[in-house]
Amino acid sequence: MIGMLEDKDRIFTNLYGLRAWRLEGARARGVWNGTAEMLSYSPEWVCDQIKASGLRGRGGAGFATGLKWTFMPKQESERPHYLVVNADESEPGTCKDREIMRGDPHRLIEGCLVASYAIRAHDCFIYIRGEYVREREHLEAALIEARAAKLIGKDNIHGWDCNIRVTHGGGAYICGDEMALLESLEGKKGQPRLKPPFPAGAGVYGCPTTVNNVESIAVAPEILRRGAEWFLGFGRPKNSGTKLMSASGHVNKPCVVEEAMSIPMRQLIDDHFGGVRGGWGNLKAVIPGGSSVRMIPAEEAEVALMDFDDLGARKSGLGTAAMIVMDKDCDIVAAIARLSYFYKHESCGQCTPCREGTGWMWRIMERMVTGEAEPKEIDMLLDVASQVEGHTICGLGDAAAWPIQGLFRHFRPEIEARIANYRTRRANVPGATLIAAE
Amino acid sequence: MSVRRLAKDQPASFAFSAEALEQAQWWMAKFPQGRAQSAVIPLLWLVQKQEGWVPEPALRVVAEMLGMPVIRALEIATFYTMFQLSPVGTVAHVQLCGTTPCMLRGANALKTVLEARVGHRDHPSPDGRLSWEEVECLGACANAPMAAINDYYYEDLTPESLGGLLDDFAAGNAPPPGSSIGRTGCAPEGGPLSLTDLALYDCSRAKAIKLPNAPEKVLAS
Repeated sequence: MIGMLEDKDRIFTNLYGLRAWRLEGARARGVWNGTAEMLSYSPEWVCDQIKASGLRGRGGAGFATGLKWTFMPKQESERPHYLVVNADESEPGTCKDREIMRGDPHRLIEGCLVASYAIRAHDCFIYIRGEYVREREHLEAALIEARAAKLIGKDNIHGWDCNIRVTHGGGAYICGDEMALLESLEGKKGQPRLKPPFPAGAGVYGCPTTVNNVESIAVAPEILRRGAEWFLGFGRPKNSGTKLMSASGHVNKPCVVEEAMSIPMRQLIDDHFGGVRGGWGNLKAVIPGGSSVRMIPAEEAEVALMDFDDLGARKSGLGTAAMIVMDKDCDIVAAIARLSYFYKHESCGQCTPCREGTGWMWRIMERMVTGEAEPKEIDMLLDVASQVEGHTICGLGDAAAWPIQGLFRHFRPEIEARIANYRTRRANVPGATLIAAE
Repeated sequence: MSVRRLAKDQPASFAFSAEALEQAQWWMAKFPQGRAQSAVIPLLWLVQKQEGWVPEPALRVVAEMLGMPVIRALEIATFYTMFQLSPVGTVAHVQLCGTTPCMLRGANALKTVLEARVGHRDHPSPDGRLSWEEVECLGACANAPMAAINDYYYEDLTPESLGGLLDDFAAGNAPPPGSSIGRTGCAPEGGPLSLTDLALYDCSRAKAIKLPNAPEKVLAS
């Protein structure tokens, strides 16, 4: 067996789109099995099961999903409850929710129904990123099937009215932030709101709202079907379950795969992704969780485990478990500079530190790539990064600072050498021509 | 942030086609009473599907339909980068992903191809049929490098396969989207290494089950 997880324990059985994704195919793979029984017990039971399974949000932050559900008011008032599924997957490196939506849309829809029940919501929005046109088509088609089969919608066979709708965004990374997503869902610019009030108090249209990632929602019914202990059986304590992981960059066979949490990073890369291009010895660094975490160098990647706590202790993070692998042949400074451009491009412009800081950081990073910088600018850059980090409404400022901080934590001598090289080549000092003439 | 301005040359008016109008109403019906503004992004997307880009008069039409100030519709059109504010290629508009995961696997070489074949980014080719732009991560990183041409994703591109796709589009065809090296979805090259157990697909999972951990006292229904 390769990896740590057996096929029988994989939740997303149509990850590669090789099987039928429509209702009939999904049912054959066990979707919509026992859903009525799940909804025959109390919402508290559902929340308790998810809590007991140790499921942590799969969108990057890793907040306990079951706990989040319990934040919703216990009684419905005149303000309806909403479930909003965050399918605005735009984090560089991350491409897992897409596979769920086009390969297993019914699993997500079933999850929406169960989660809506758990938070006592009759309305659910799936907010999908605008570029995912094919994925949206699959979801819409699956919703039509589910409504026709009376699985969801009004007076369905499960006894919990649930109006699930798909809407889409317009290509803004920031709308992956839950507060920006709510703004965007209301038809405004995606500029994040301040918390508090938290969405469970006042979310979309000012009503109690829970925002969850696609993967967190889609795994919930399977946890109920197989039991919380089953899910708890994978991974280290507090990092339980299975997780979609992916690799991009310099691996031989990039792909998405479902694996047990806490799998050693090296085993994951070697078993599933065909190893690093040019062998493990050619590895330079890995950004483990989408782009918005600090990188770890090869020595640490050798021993790191793919879970929240281990990577957190290495001053990185699991994020979405979408690794960007970089080997020794690549220009790692240029790779990070490109990420800086990404954050500059995607800043919503609401908070000054981020709006201005991401531009500054990108421009300095571009000069670091060629070495056309002063040595003291490294400290200035890190100073700017630390002044952006933690001084913004949402996490984009932090996310922009972390890749740069990670680069300098591990590869500072390399950039210093670049700067020194550039200066030696140019002899760019006052009086250089006079010295040369002597 | 990116600098985005409306194009200088704008048409005098805009009207939804009958089909697009029907779709617009379908979108507006998705949202609760009085919350029609929520449909602004889908409606502007319909405009773009109809016209190829989002002209200024369309903003007024959409704002009026949704009962929102025109300036708010303008904000949406300029904030969300998926909306094209000036005309793009009539047969193909290439959105090349240039963010780090694609860059590491050769997106820069694809840019060279596009510059040679189509011309400068953000400007349609002289005959107006093709155009290209560099976009930020499109979320298909396991299939990098990739580009979205018109609506769909073309993945695992090489300079040669991208050139072939451009030829195809220029000839008026619509080549099938997906991997250009024969991968199925995000499966690894050469076929899946997991999900090979046929017991997953023999309907054994569809048999009626009893949930574990059911509470002892079932709620009276």
